[in-house]
Amino acid sequence: MARLADLPEWEREHLLHLRDQAPRLEGRPWVGGPALSQRRVALISTAGLHRRDDRPFGGGATATEYRVIPADTPSASLVMGHISVNFDRSGFRQDPNLVFPLDRLNELAADGSIGSVADYHYSFMGAPFPPTQFEPKARELAGLLARDQVDAAILIPV
Amino acid sequence: MSAVGHYLEEGGIATASISLVREHSEVMQPPRALWVPFMLGRPLGAPNDAAFQRQVLRALLALFEAEQGPVLRDFALDAPTADTAADDGHGDACPVNFARPRQTAVPGVALAAALADEIDELRPWHDLTVRRRGGSSVGLSGLTPEQAGAFLCGFAANQPPDNFRPEQALGQSLKQVCDDLRAYYEEAAAAQPGGLGPAQMQDWFYLQTVAGQVLVAARSLGLAHADKSVRAMAERVLIPRAILNRKPSPQA
Repeated sequence: MARLADLPEWEREHLLHLRDQAPRLEGRPWVGGPALSQRRVALISTAGLHRRDDRPFGGGATATEYRVIPADTPSASLVMGHISVNFDRSGFRQDPNLVFPLDRLNELAADGSIGSVADYHYSFMGAPFPPTQFEPKARELAGLLARDQVDAAILIPV
Repeated sequence: MSAVGHYLEEGGIATASISLVREHSEVMQPPRALWVPFMLGRPLGAPNDAAFQRQVLRALLALFEAEQGPVLRDFALDAPTADTAADDGHGDACPVNFARPRQTAVPGVALAAALADEIDELRPWHDLTVRRRGGSSVGLSGLTPEQAGAFLCGFAANQPPDNFRPEQALGQSLKQVCDDLRAYYEEAAAAQPGGLGPAQMQDWFYLQTVAGQVLVAARSLGLAHADKSVRAMAERVLIPRAILNRKPSPQA
């Protein structure tokens, strides 16, 4: 479905326009680490998820902030504050693991596929363009993840 | 997502991203990416399919075993059909016909009453989804669906409601109300036997419900609103492009 050839022309052109306008990032950073079975894994979503009692995502300079989702937050209680209306949300309404697979991650930790699950997970609201605007908050987040002993962050867009 | 991965990796955290648009990952070149052939909004492929979701997650995590990058790998499987029925066989019954014809143009007061009725009709289905899902994703605005409906009707009838969050722009409040109503309706529809696929769900909400009619009316008014934040929301994020770009039916 997200094959460009399968999309309507107007949507294909929009996505290709974004591709053409996307910044080319300098450098190819690469961090190694232990075997997967020893890694501590965190989820980073760009779906604009947040706890119901947390601040909604705003616009302007605040649009690149992140929200903290503690590991003991029931996924079903999260709300989705992404500004875009142009992606499917009906799947998330049925099953939050479709977008924020914390239950799946816990299962993989339980069967030993990964070492452990982080105590804190995070969500951005992925609409701001160009995405280089996220740099300050992403660098800030790297420090928080390191303090949680995270050595594998998986990034889930919508 | 690619940029966030890039900066996290520069900050010392190994990352692996799901890629929903391969062409974007090709130019951004995040350290590790798994392209999945799923629709936007469904990064793990299919709701209520834990085995398939685990498969996607394992493929994503396997990227951490690569010794050098950037790595852009393709996930080999398509998602189980997104438009198949979502009936889980629980057999609960509720006599609401979501597809019944709705009036296409009704005046303001009648529209508000029709919306209130519709919200009320959907309540048993919504309760069912909340029970199965373990919670609701309605809650951006902090208003009940009935309050959200009243806010939107007032807006659409050009009787400006008070901004329920004065600290935020009116446009943002309007957007939260619209998203909450859509969430309530989609959660209610998800409980129906037979279910609706994503495209059907979108068409149903925007084209067949009273809420969709009110939303279209609110957008029309918002496009010329005095408040810049409202105009911006109305222009870009109240109605999906798939609905706005819909060609008129030949029989119309």
